[in-house]
Amino acid sequence: MALSSWRALRPARSALASAAGLGLRSLSTLVLAEHAGGALAPTTLHTLSAAAKLGGPVSLLVAGDATQGAAAAAARAAGVSTVLTAEDPCLAHGLAEPTAALLAAVGTKHAFTHVLAPSSTYGRNILPRAAALLDVQAVADVQEVKDGDTFVRPIYAGNALATVRVTGGGPRMLTVRTTAFAAAPASGGNAAVQVVGAEELAAAREAAGGSQWVGEDVRKSERPELGQARVVVSGGRALKSAENFDRFMEGLADRLGAAVGASRAAVDAGYAPNDLQVGQTGKVVAPDLYIAVGISGAIQHVAGMSASKVIVAINSDGDAPIYQIADYGLVGDLFALLPELEAELDKLGDIKK
Amino acid sequence: MSMNPFCEIAVEEALRVREAGLASEVVAVSVGPRQAADTLRTALAMGADRALHIQTDEEVQPLGIAKLLAAVAAKEQPGLVLLGKQAIDDDSSQTGQMLAALLGWPQATFASKLEVDAAAEKATVTREVDGGLETLRVALPAVVTADLRLNEPRYATLPNIMKAKKKPLAVTTPQELGVDPAPRLQTLCVEEPPKRKAGVVLGSAAELVQRLREEAKRS
Repeated sequence: MALSSWRALRPARSALASAAGLGLRSLSTLVLAEHAGGALAPTTLHTLSAAAKLGGPVSLLVAGDATQGAAAAAARAAGVSTVLTAEDPCLAHGLAEPTAALLAAVGTKHAFTHVLAPSSTYGRNILPRAAALLDVQAVADVQEVKDGDTFVRPIYAGNALATVRVTGGGPRMLTVRTTAFAAAPASGGNAAVQVVGAEELAAAREAAGGSQWVGEDVRKSERPELGQARVVVSGGRALKSAENFDRFMEGLADRLGAAVGASRAAVDAGYAPNDLQVGQTGKVVAPDLYIAVGISGAIQHVAGMSASKVIVAINSDGDAPIYQIADYGLVGDLFALLPELEAELDKLGDIKK
Repeated sequence: MSMNPFCEIAVEEALRVREAGLASEVVAVSVGPRQAADTLRTALAMGADRALHIQTDEEVQPLGIAKLLAAVAAKEQPGLVLLGKQAIDDDSSQTGQMLAALLGWPQATFASKLEVDAAAEKATVTREVDGGLETLRVALPAVVTADLRLNEPRYATLPNIMKAKKKPLAVTTPQELGVDPAPRLQTLCVEEPPKRKAGVVLGSAAELVQRLREEAKRS
């Protein structure tokens, strides 16, 4: 029973393959929009910049149970030629089954040559599922677009960069490493808004029902979002307790307008919640300034922050691997150095005033 | 070569589901060359009941693996398929999602908590998403991919490593499964990422702040 479902999709796929195949028709790109609370997520704007590198018109697909606000924002985003909206209760909360079916159906219907999504948990959950429905091998975490078929992506926790070329038919389907592309301007665009066809919506409804959203536990924070912040201060195990982590990391973050991150060791020890984890299995960040406090610099952590413009390490162990990638380092007792640093930053605040 | 850390977590979770009396059997599957059998022996030593090695010397990408696993699932009819959320070599994070698509099953990716309700044929899964946690209820059979915090995998003890040598390990091929897993991505080159310039260790917090102000002016 199981296999029949994807085999049944093959005729659709081969029709698409001939339509989208290798330069026979002009480029056109579909971007799956990530959005919340009536606004586009910043990840969408970064993905639009990657789409712009491909050339050709860019359409944005806004799917959900309430799409009006996000669709209006999408129409204003620079570089978008068409906004496609799909509104249905089954698309609430971005569940993978209906959203992937919709993405595959919309991609096929309009014969897009490229289908992109941000490499966030949202995009990584949905895009590979849609790719398999179209019998396409997706390219994960693209950080550079060489041409319409050729892309650069990190492998081995960012210790190597692979240049891959997609072969065969079907659309090129990519998730985009958002930190590698600047955000497209949120205004200046004037795209036409169009509702997706009944057929595509029916595909979403048909795929829905296998999973049900129960609830979420989302941290509310006044700070900039970790993936988007210009400055990130991250704490590790050497902070020794949740109290110290809060006190020192918040203290630094307040003075720098920074987001707070953490190493896996700090998360596992219960000093910081999971979603603050920076690294191969957590978030990938590339801020202007990254301050690593009490973090040794294991490769899994470095994978998540090595693209930062300026890296500062503060550690008691001068031989810690973090100093191999840090631009500036302070070596010594954290609990003495951090108050000194705070005092210096406070002085700076006085000068600015 | 050792087992991908996320796969270890998936094996551990499968064993826990069986130990809770919610599954009758745990089957470990791997795709790859002869050496992949060693990884399967590790899964058997952890406690899996039997193993299936899909042997091939060719490169297999996530879509190909997903097709092979879909063919296995069609034969074995499992109630639950567990995978790691990503392999730490190619970092794709695609196979579980693709498998779920090919089977037409629901998926719960990046799982940090799994509760199987065998009577209702459902599972409640907490997922690690960007802003925090999300909980889904999925109908079984389903595909679940394990995140780092799902559990702490057990070590294989010496007696269990010995016992694992006697457990059944079947070998098949993509051809026997009727699947063509040919790669669709051609790797043109693999390079080292650009090196960062050497850094400096500073003497005081005051000096650090001064350097950072200079950097800020420059950018």
